Formats: sequence, C-alpha cells, structure tokens
Amino acid sequence: MTEYISLSHGSGGALTQKLIREIFAAAFDNAYLRKLDDASVVTLARGRYAMTTDSFVVDPIVFPGGDIGKLAVCGTVNDLASCAAEPGYLSASFVIEEGLSLDVLKSVVSSMAREARHQHVPIVTGDTKVVPRGKADKLFINTTGIGLVHKSLEAKMIRPGDRILINGPMAQHGLSVLAARQGFESEEALKSDCKSLWAIVKLLLQEHVDVRFMRDPTRGGVSAAANEIAQSSGFSLALIENKIPITASCKSFCEILGLEPLDIANEGKMLFIIGEKDALRALRILKAVPSCRRASVIGEVLPERRAKVYLKTVAGGSRVLGMPVTEALPRIC
Amino acid sequence: MCLAVPMKIETIEKTDALVSAGSLKARVNIQLLPSLKKGDYVLVHAGIAIEKIDPRKAREALRLYRDVARKSRMEEA
Amino acid sequence: MKYVDDFRGSRACLAMARRINAAAGDREYRIMEVCGTHTAAIRRFGIPSMLSGGIRLISGPGCPVCVTSDAYLRNAFRMAAQKNVTIATYPDMLRVPAGGESLQDLRARGADIRPVNSALEVLEIAGKLKDRMVVFLAVGFETTAPATGILAQRARQERIRNLKIYSAHKTIPAALLNLGKDKTLCLDGFLLPGHVSVVIGVHGYRQVMRSLRLPGVVTGFEPLDILSAIAAIVDAANHHKTILENGYGRVVREGGNVKARSLLREVFVSKDSLWRGLGLIPNSGLFLRKPYDSLDARRAFGLKEEGGRDARNGCLCAGVLTGKIEPSACRHFGRQCTPRKPLGPCMVSREGTCRAFFETS
Repeated sequence: MTEYISLSHGSGGALTQKLIREIFAAAFDNAYLRKLDDASVVTLARGRYAMTTDSFVVDPIVFPGGDIGKLAVCGTVNDLASCAAEPGYLSASFVIEEGLSLDVLKSVVSSMAREARHQHVPIVTGDTKVVPRGKADKLFINTTGIGLVHKSLEAKMIRPGDRILINGPMAQHGLSVLAARQGFESEEALKSDCKSLWAIVKLLLQEHVDVRFMRDPTRGGVSAAANEIAQSSGFSLALIENKIPITASCKSFCEILGLEPLDIANEGKMLFIIGEKDALRALRILKAVPSCRRASVIGEVLPERRAKVYLKTVAGGSRVLGMPVTEALPRIC
Repeated sequence: MCLAVPMKIETIEKTDALVSAGSLKARVNIQLLPSLKKGDYVLVHAGIAIEKIDPRKAREALRLYRDVARKSRMEEA
Repeated sequence: MKYVDDFRGSRACLAMARRINAAAGDREYRIMEVCGTHTAAIRRFGIPSMLSGGIRLISGPGCPVCVTSDAYLRNAFRMAAQKNVTIATYPDMLRVPAGGESLQDLRARGADIRPVNSALEVLEIAGKLKDRMVVFLAVGFETTAPATGILAQRARQERIRNLKIYSAHKTIPAALLNLGKDKTLCLDGFLLPGHVSVVIGVHGYRQVMRSLRLPGVVTGFEPLDILSAIAAIVDAANHHKTILENGYGRVVREGGNVKARSLLREVFVSKDSLWRGLGLIPNSGLFLRKPYDSLDARRAFGLKEEGGRDARNGCLCAGVLTGKIEPSACRHFGRQCTPRKPLGPCMVSREGTCRAFFETS
C-alpha cells in the first residue's frame, strides 16, 4: 500500500476494498463489519430510539486531548446522551482529501475505534470517499448514532426553580483547537475536554435523579446552550458567572485574545436541568466522579416567561447573556 | 483594540521576551521598555509590551478600593 | 490572574457602586467613556445594573475600526483587488461593510487577505511572500500606533521592498476637544482611555481638559477601576470641580511611555484626519513621515483621500459614535443590522458600541 491516500482509494475498486478491510474494518472490528455488506442489519429492543447525525470538520484534525476520530464518536454519543439515550449503534462516513498520509488516517481511525470500544458502541456501517487535492481539508467525518431512550426528557418539563448544573470547566475544547491552530505553547494547560458523557448520564438516571432536561454546550458554548434551553422551555434562566468553573489557563487565554469563555465550544460537558429539591444530591453524585470534581450548580430557571438568559457577573452586576451571533472560532468541531 | 493583558517576564532576549500568564507562554517585543527583569509584569497589547506594571501602585490602588468597601460595610451595619 | 482578578471582586465593586449612588442621589450625570474597550467592559461586567438610573454612561468614538472612514476602506478594497497584493489587517476590519461589501467578501472571491494580531506579524508575511506586495491596514489609536512604528523602523532598516503601510491611526485628545465642545451632549465628565494613556501619559490630556473645563479620570479596564473613576467624576461634578486624575497609576505615568512617544514622533506626523461621525478633526491623524515615504501605501498606490461621503445605507453609527443616540434608538438595531449582517462598523467591531449593546441586551 502507498503512503498516501490517492484517488484510486476512493474509486470503489480493489484498492477501496483493501482500504476498508485493512484500515476501517480491522480497527472497528465487529460482526457487522466483517460481513462488509452495503447495509448492516441490527435488532432493536422495543422502545423509543433517539437518532442523531453530526459532521466533523475540525481544523487541525489532531489537537491536544484528541483528534477528529475521537471527537466524532464522543460528539455523537453525547448528542444521544443528552436525550438520555444509551448509544446503540454508530455509522461512520469519511471524506478524505487526496494526499492525506495513511499513517494519519490509521491513527485517527484507531482513536475512533478505541473510543467506540470504551463506550461499548459498535460502528456497524460506513462509507469512504476520496476527493481531489484541495476539494476537502484533509479529512471530514460524519457519524450517525441511534440509542434507546431510557427516560423521556422534554423542555416542557422544565419548571421555575429548577437548577442548572455543569459537570466541569468550560471552554477547553474550543481553546485547545485554537491554540493548536495558532501554534501556542500550551501542553497540558489547554487540552480539549473531548469525552463521552453517557456513563455520567447513566449514573444520574440510575440514582433516579430528577433530571428534567439536558443539553451539551458544543458550538456556541454555555451561552448558546442556555439560550436554546430558554427558548425551548419559554422560561428565562439566571446564571452566576463565578459559579461556572473555568481553568486558570483557559481564563488567561480568553483574556489575552479578548474571547468570551461562555461562547466557546465544549466537547465533554453537559448542562443538566435538575428539579430544585434534588439539585444538591445530583451535585454530590457528580462530584464523586473523578472527572467531575469541579461540577457546579451554575444557575436556575426563573418564573418569568421571556426566554432570556441573565448573567450575574463576577463584579456583582447583571447583564443579558445573548446567543453568540458570530463564529468566534470557526471549524472547531 | 485597546485590549491589553498583564503578563510575567520569564526570559529576556534582545528586543523580545518570553512572557507567561499562568502556564500559557508567548513571545512579545519589549523594545519600548528599557529595564526589565525576570518576574516583572508587563502590559501586553498586540504583541508589544507597552508598560511595566508598578506593584507598589497596584497595591496602593487595591488598598484604596478595599478601604471604600470596608467603610461601606461599616455604614451598612 | 495577577493584576486582574483582584480588581474584579464583587464585594468591593458593589461597595463602590453604593458609594456612587449615595453621592449621586437623584441627580442626572452624563459621563462619556471614550474608549470602545471601556464600553465593552462596562457591558460585560454589568456595570449599568449596579448604578442608579440617573447615571448615564455614554459611549464615545473610541473604536478605531468604527471611526475609520468608508473612503479608507474603499481604497483598501481597490488594493486588495490587485492580483499581486496581499492585505494584512487586524481581524476586526474583515467584516466592516463599505459600499455593500467587506474585506471578507473580497477574500471569499479570491483576494489574499490575512488577519494578524500584531503589526510585527506583517514582517513575517512579507518575508514569506517575496513576490507579492503586502499592505498593512494600520488602524488604531496611540496604544497601537507604536507597534506600527516598530514595524516601519524594521522595514526601513532591513530595506524591505514588498511592504507598505496604509496608516489610519488616530489620536484621542483632539477628538475629546471636539466632543467636549458639543454643548448638546451635556457631558459631566470623561472616563479617559487607560491604554492610550499608557502611551501619551496624563500629560497628553492636560491642555485639552484645561480648555474644556470638564472632569476627566484616566481609567483602567477592570470593574473596580471603572467604578472608582465614576465615583471621582460624580464627586467632582457635585462640587463643580475640574479635575484630571490618574486612576490607573499602576501602568499610567504622568509623561506616559517616553520611548513610545519618541517612536511615534520619529515615524509619524500629525495631520488633519476624517473621523466617521465627527468629521474632519485637525491634528488627529498619524501619517508616515518623509523618511518613510517608500513604505507609504498612499504614495505607492496613488490613493486619493478621504473626501467621499460615508455610505447612505441607513447606518446611524455617526450618531452613536458621537454619543448622540444609543444603539437602541437606531431603527435598524437588531433588525436589519446585526453582527451577522451589519450595516456599519459599530455592529462589527468588538469595540463597537452597537455590538456591545446587542450582545448584552
């Protein structure tokens, strides 16, 4: 095999088959893929299923804390998790730019496989296309996932007084990608928080925590997710800036570049809307998980029906936290 | 665009210095600041260090602000 | 963060706000914050919510991108359209519309336009692209002009042939005079821009403030700095005193930064310049001196200034920049004019008043 992906790898012929067998099927290895059929047949238990799809175009494709492969699995698992759905099956499509190094592709696919194995979710079907140099930027991945819904969550279940929780510090993913792109020296300081969240959601459900709704603050950060929750429920939200955890490095980086951390993407965080009476217990459960030590109650749902998000600032003042309207950081997921 | 951030001098070369904010590092031009030493804090704007932060004046300002806060709490009580 | 967090604590800020409100009583005060970074900080920290309703903080023209004229931008577009030209610009300029298009639009159609965070990056770009003419859109006030000065000196020393500078640098004190003299604004005082002051010193304002006879405080950008400056102005207004105080002593010296000022004098000459909204202000623009002629984009490209009218697309930035209206008074605000599809620069720039208001209300 050549060192680089060429157009022949995407032509559907022998080279394509070789690529699929030796790189994708070998890494994702499961009974479905071994058949190499056009479609994979799965059996689903009775119930309601959540289905989600995402395309990943992150630049650069490798960043501190992860790569586009790991991101693709985590992103889709987290979308399912936000609906209280247990990841069941994933599909993965690849659009590869001619000239991509085979080693890079293998590394990304291996990282994707590792994450899928850890999350016990098989990648049962996929597709590969190769486009000429310049028609794509190295590698784009699309994943679709389906999962059994364990608890029906809807925005209309949200009530005034409900508390808003987050499982850890914000802005890490977007900043890590930006730092990687701009060649900042950051090492550990600015690692992406890219991580699958089903285990944490499952824990809360198993403990019968009064979870009313969830949203993962990806593009647009906590600001966008909070505004979406406000719009879906109709209620206004109040957030408290100094209760929203952020690492010192992320904070410094934002100050230096004049960025608002609330607007920056996360890939391992969830906003939980929890019934008022159960909020502290939920917090205790989260904080007992090693990766969620900095979980925090960051705000609450207000009685007014204006669908606005208010922020009590670190200085003690108050302002409206709007939906971020421009791309602070393009191509971070 | 008048965004400027205090950063700490780590190492000094001729016209440049390596500065840090926490564990973040950056290289900035220091030719506008005559005498700097490691550990000094400088105000960085658009890749240039435009002034050294005076720690004594910073402490004085903080003391003043905290006095106001203290007096205000006493008035409330 | 050192020298940052300490100046943000809510206990001290709320106490300072209480003191301001007690001193202000029922009276109205109109205080102009000149600098766009102040407008952004004031909105970001929610300072208006801490102050009694009578204290009006009015945004001024301190957003360098916002006060750059349409004519300058149209010249930039003309240069960008040339096949061998690379434009280097601060990111905020990319989406400012002039005549229905922006640098970003031109880039989408194939022009080579590169955002930089520092003037010194332009040297690297020119070094890498030896067969292209790299033109730097040098926008900014006295805080940013020294960076351009360093760039100009290096380019001249190293005889770099493929680098041109198109200066739109402007200076603040002259604009203050223009605003302070406008009696319709009924100003009680100024929050003077802290980082411009780092360069020009408190001294830089003495003459202007003396002739205006209005209180002014050189103000830092943390909430405690801003609130304590407002407290000083309210006190001065109450006692009919004209003060010029340094509220940012940890970085602002009476004489400013001596090296920076002498650098500016060496590289630039002060001439009349056109400000969006304020019109032509004498001695308010910095232009490259004769020894730097070979670096001057105006000469290299035969650019004609700056007499054209600003676009008539309904944008009311001019009124916002002069403190005459608040963004919400503009009928396009939030409707036809949003950060995503702006009608004018005040909605584009991170220092722009309209954008600051849009994002926080």
